[in-house]
Amino acid sequence: MSTVHTHAGHQADTHHDAHDHHGPEKGWRRWVFATNHKDIGTMYLLFSLTMFFVGGTMAMIIRAELFQPGLQLVNPMFFNSMTTMHALVMIFGAVMPAFVGLANWMIPLQVGAPDMALPRMNNFSFWILPFAFTLLLSTLFVEGGAPASGWTMYPPLVLQTGDAFPLMIFAVHLMGASSIMGAINVIVTIMNMRAPGMSLLKMPLFTWSWLITAYLLIAVMPVLAGAVTMLLTDHYFGTTFFEAAGGGDPVMYQHIFWFFGHPEVYIMILPAFGIVSEIIPTFSRKRLFGYDAMVYAIASIAFLSFIVWAHHMFTVGMPLAGQMFFMLATMLIAVPTGVKVFNWTATMYKGSLSFEPPMLFALSFLFLFSIGGFSGLMLAIVPADFQYHDTYFVVAHFHYVLVPGAVFAIMAAVYYWLPKWTGHMYNNALAKAHFWASTIFVNVLFFPQHFLGLAGMPRRIPDYNTQFADWNMVSSIGAFGFGLSQLLLVAVIWQSVRGGVKATDKVWDSGMPHGLEWTLSSPPPYHSFEVAPEVK
Amino acid sequence: MAHAHTTHAPADKYYVPHGSPWPIIGSVSLFTTVLGAALWINESSSGPVLFSVGLLLVAFMFAGWFGTVIKESENRFYNEAVDRSFRMGMMWFIFSEVMFFAAFFGALWYARQYSVPWLGGEGVKVFTNYLLWDNFEAAWPTNGPGDVGGDFETIPAFGLPAINTAILLTSGVTITIAHHALKAGKRGMLNVFLALTFLLGFTFVFLQAEEYMEAYQHLNLTLGSGIYGSTFFMLTGFHGFHVTVGAIMLTVIWIRCLRGHFTPTHHFAFEGVAWYWHFVDVVWLGLFIFVYWL
Amino acid sequence: MLKILKCAAAAIAACLPAGAAFAAWELNMPVGVTELSREIHGLHMLIFWVCVLIAVVVFGAMIYSIVKFRHSKGAIPATFDHSTKVEVVWTVIPIAILVGMAIPAAETLIKIEDMRGSDLSVKVTGYQWQWHYDYIDHNVNFFSRISRDSDAARQLNSGIDPTSVENYLLEVDKRLVVPVDSKIRILLTSSDVIHAWWVPAFGMKKDAYPGFVNELWFRATEPGIYRGQCAELCGYDHAFMPVVVEVKSKQDFDAWLQAQQAGDAPAAQPAAIDSQSDNASATTTVARAE
Ligand code: HEA
Ligand code: HEA
Ligand code: CUA
Ligand SMILES: [Cu+2]
Repeated sequence: MSTVHTHAGHQADTHHDAHDHHGPEKGWRRWVFATNHKDIGTMYLLFSLTMFFVGGTMAMIIRAELFQPGLQLVNPMFFNSMTTMHALVMIFGAVMPAFVGLANWMIPLQVGAPDMALPRMNNFSFWILPFAFTLLLSTLFVEGGAPASGWTMYPPLVLQTGDAFPLMIFAVHLMGASSIMGAINVIVTIMNMRAPGMSLLKMPLFTWSWLITAYLLIAVMPVLAGAVTMLLTDHYFGTTFFEAAGGGDPVMYQHIFWFFGHPEVYIMILPAFGIVSEIIPTFSRKRLFGYDAMVYAIASIAFLSFIVWAHHMFTVGMPLAGQMFFMLATMLIAVPTGVKVFNWTATMYKGSLSFEPPMLFALSFLFLFSIGGFSGLMLAIVPADFQYHDTYFVVAHFHYVLVPGAVFAIMAAVYYWLPKWTGHMYNNALAKAHFWASTIFVNVLFFPQHFLGLAGMPRRIPDYNTQFADWNMVSSIGAFGFGLSQLLLVAVIWQSVRGGVKATDKVWDSGMPHGLEWTLSSPPPYHSFEVAPEVK
Repeated sequence: MAHAHTTHAPADKYYVPHGSPWPIIGSVSLFTTVLGAALWINESSSGPVLFSVGLLLVAFMFAGWFGTVIKESENRFYNEAVDRSFRMGMMWFIFSEVMFFAAFFGALWYARQYSVPWLGGEGVKVFTNYLLWDNFEAAWPTNGPGDVGGDFETIPAFGLPAINTAILLTSGVTITIAHHALKAGKRGMLNVFLALTFLLGFTFVFLQAEEYMEAYQHLNLTLGSGIYGSTFFMLTGFHGFHVTVGAIMLTVIWIRCLRGHFTPTHHFAFEGVAWYWHFVDVVWLGLFIFVYWL
Repeated sequence: MLKILKCAAAAIAACLPAGAAFAAWELNMPVGVTELSREIHGLHMLIFWVCVLIAVVVFGAMIYSIVKFRHSKGAIPATFDHSTKVEVVWTVIPIAILVGMAIPAAETLIKIEDMRGSDLSVKVTGYQWQWHYDYIDHNVNFFSRISRDSDAARQLNSGIDPTSVENYLLEVDKRLVVPVDSKIRILLTSSDVIHAWWVPAFGMKKDAYPGFVNELWFRATEPGIYRGQCAELCGYDHAFMPVVVEVKSKQDFDAWLQAQQAGDAPAAQPAAIDSQSDNASATTTVARAE
């Protein structure tokens, strides 16, 4: 058995005996030099959890300041910084890495591969992230304060950022590089390493959703990089991409940003769709309804996501034809999304349902994501969006699709696969408590924000007229409750990692035809599939 | 091949390396580089130093990482499946680069199609011109209604840029010849044509630098020349950077060829670089047409 | 069918605001004072009820399944896993609903974008953090910034209770004044960063960009005072640049305009069209000095 420890600078030759069975390396090397998809997946998930708490703490500061009218805790600049950083941390630090972590853990297991296709690059994609967020979070301490121009970084406001400016830009570059490498790895693993017999249309839906998500990532992350590069040169090198005097246009930035930004929001929901499509059949004890349609629906959503970006910009003064086009294209997305919702419902119809924690979260997703989708559809109606735009109605919309949408799906996935990962069942009662607390508080937190928005409260403000006081207080109470509930999640994970009832290979023995991941032991062997399984 | 010591090739299995220090070195070096750049921009004296150290580390990382991969490859650790992974990875990487360029081409297109005409009072923004930029008429090239950076002249398409186009197109031919030579096992021809390719590449970069000097010193065409200067230098500069990287990669591949690496059937690195080179070539055609010519 | 839906929507919409006895617990978008804002409100209610209807059906099916097909109650799972027929149905029906939605939306949008003709044009320039109003054909212009008492109360730990300030954050030192029943054209631009000019009661919101001019129009049908806020993040005091419009009868407006022209107006500020002036603090001091 010869594990090769490659030291920088040394080693005349690298030999490696692949016929041996390896366990993980010992100590810190296992993590820092990691090439194993499970180890890297674990690191992604833990990183994501950390960032969820960091971003959540910022949200708590926002909600505390908004608890009542008047400025009590922070000055407006710091408030804007919190809004900006909260969003960047949640999107790029919590939700996206969580999905990549799940991809790392599950895709090789689901397609019957020994590991991800490009294991060293896999390590690179992960380890860039902590450094990127060190850069981003360090801006909290530099002169001029952290970026405070919203996560959308619109010029010219963003150009007023102080020393934080280049740090933020480079952090975004690094996150982009990480995402692109992660996406390449996913695509190559899926396209090249499927077990014999696993045709594309036999792949589990989580894998499918990630394949399409990865294409989206590769297509749009570079565009974001381009956009922020132009911000950088506008600020420091005299270019005038976004300045009218030189023939540029601030709106040009918005077009480029949202060309990234809209697909980005689907990047945060498609893997969630995949997860829910895994969980609902298992606990309905019935095959997924309309598998092919589900795949085509994801593909259509991904395609449409490239031609709707300007629905974030209805108030910029676009030509009428542009507004019409983007309204219609946006509305169309409801059709494939509807297909998904209907198919999930049809899967449950005449099934035999049980309500373990993953299923509870998936069901909560179904209802609450749909509510977020409905408000999205309302936002797509241009004349109405003239009223909704930049109010809390928008904030309510996107938190419904992101928190009980994306985040709940991630939690469902964790509860679904945690026993597979750790080999232990978790505390069901605690997990259910986490579910009920989260579901109740998330609605107390975000539902009143619809009312606030409709009544006319703009977003990104630290202080408001007294007519908005009551609902804001309700929302803040919901926020604190929701935040505290998340401590339960940590408790459940902690216990399951430490020990507990042994999980079987199948974990959820619902008699459903299962994917390949359930044919392995819990936890799976270090090299997932040493010998590729045969898929019939 | 040329190497005597081969361990038995585990080609029946997908090779999964066990632990590698290079990615973390890569992360640290990227972090150092961008932190240095940020400090530099913020006018801290440690910036340039840190930035340079970072770049050196990046170079060290590439050398070490690719060195490891080359060794593994030469020792036949990689079976066909691994080779395919590399190919797919390279293709999608190139695609991501295409999208990076798309952002800048998009900016050029938007400026010419929308923002400049609008500032000139066309379309839905008549009042923009009437109230703010009364004496501005939309035209291309332009440095905008604010006459940012002062009067400038542009580089005519059918001067240096045309020559550069010819150079890059030729280099596309030479690398294809080199590839055929490699497949036919004609090592001499391979070495010559590959050398020719990267020499053409460096010539291109050299001429591009000449052009920039001309622009800055005689034409008053700078990054600060309004939207024309911005898009011109962003696109050509980003492309020039890619040519430089490509030419360096060609040089590395050439050295490997001299050392006898690659076989007629087994030469992913060569092909990866060739694809990259063609990509750089095609982007240039877009540049020539949309930046210089039209 | 659409008609019925529209009527139903309107009927229930009418009940909603009445139901909410306490203004502070307001649940819905208030109805505005222009024809277009009322139309927008109608669209809002229409799409809202369409969504509610779909939700009732879809959530109903989900809840039914959850209640009816329980493992714990010994439900035996069926084995079907697709049906082309229903899949076509639930693709086509949503498309039909969406087309039905898009048509009235497009009609309203076309009206909104009809900028032809106007009775009064006001050039509005956003500054960090105040508005500048310029009656371009009447030689009247002035800045409009947050009122003094709001400004005092909104300071960090000011010790002043916001509820004690009338129209907290929604009052300015000098309002935009316009005549009733007239098509007012707003020409929007900015001197520094992006702002957005928004008065909910007019159903209109549009961004103000440096270096560009955007247009919007409204025709208020009732005199009164209408309040809104800057609706695009514009930095430190984004929350503190209210928009307040006073709609007066035509006679009152003419009288007001004459008074302004006669010199009641503050000394005319330098015309605020220099888009290059990005020195925010300087402009703020100008306003404070005034
Ligand atoms: C996971 C993230 C996510 C998802 C999935 C969505 C989904 C959708 N979003 Fe959302 N959106 C965001 C995240 C997301 N959004 C964010 C972050 C912002 C704000 C960014 C910022 O400004 O900071 C935003 C903002 C935003 C705007 C801009 C608002 C504004 O600033 O003025 C608009 C406008 O059209 C919009 C529309 C939609 C639509 C139509 C969908 C659709 O995909 C929804 C489709 C789903 C359904 C419709 C429900 C289920 C369907 C059925 C049950 C079938 C039958 C239904 C019908 C026929 C009606 N979104
Ligand atoms: C995936 C993305 C994501 C997620 C998960 C969240 C989660 C949350 N968001 Fe976020 N949010 C965004 C994305 C997201 N948000 C975006 C894109 C914006 C727009 C930004 C912009 O305008 O530029 C935004 C803006 C935004 C605003 C508007 C700010 C403004 O306009 O000024 C608010 C206000 O309520 C808010 C609140 C919350 C809350 C309370 C949560 C909660 O769900 C968070 C819950 C989690 C925790 C609380 C952490 C865990 C628990 C602890 C740390 C224990 C301790 C707890 C206590 C002390 C109570 N968010
Ligand atoms: Cu001005 Cu916000
Ligand atoms: Cu969108």
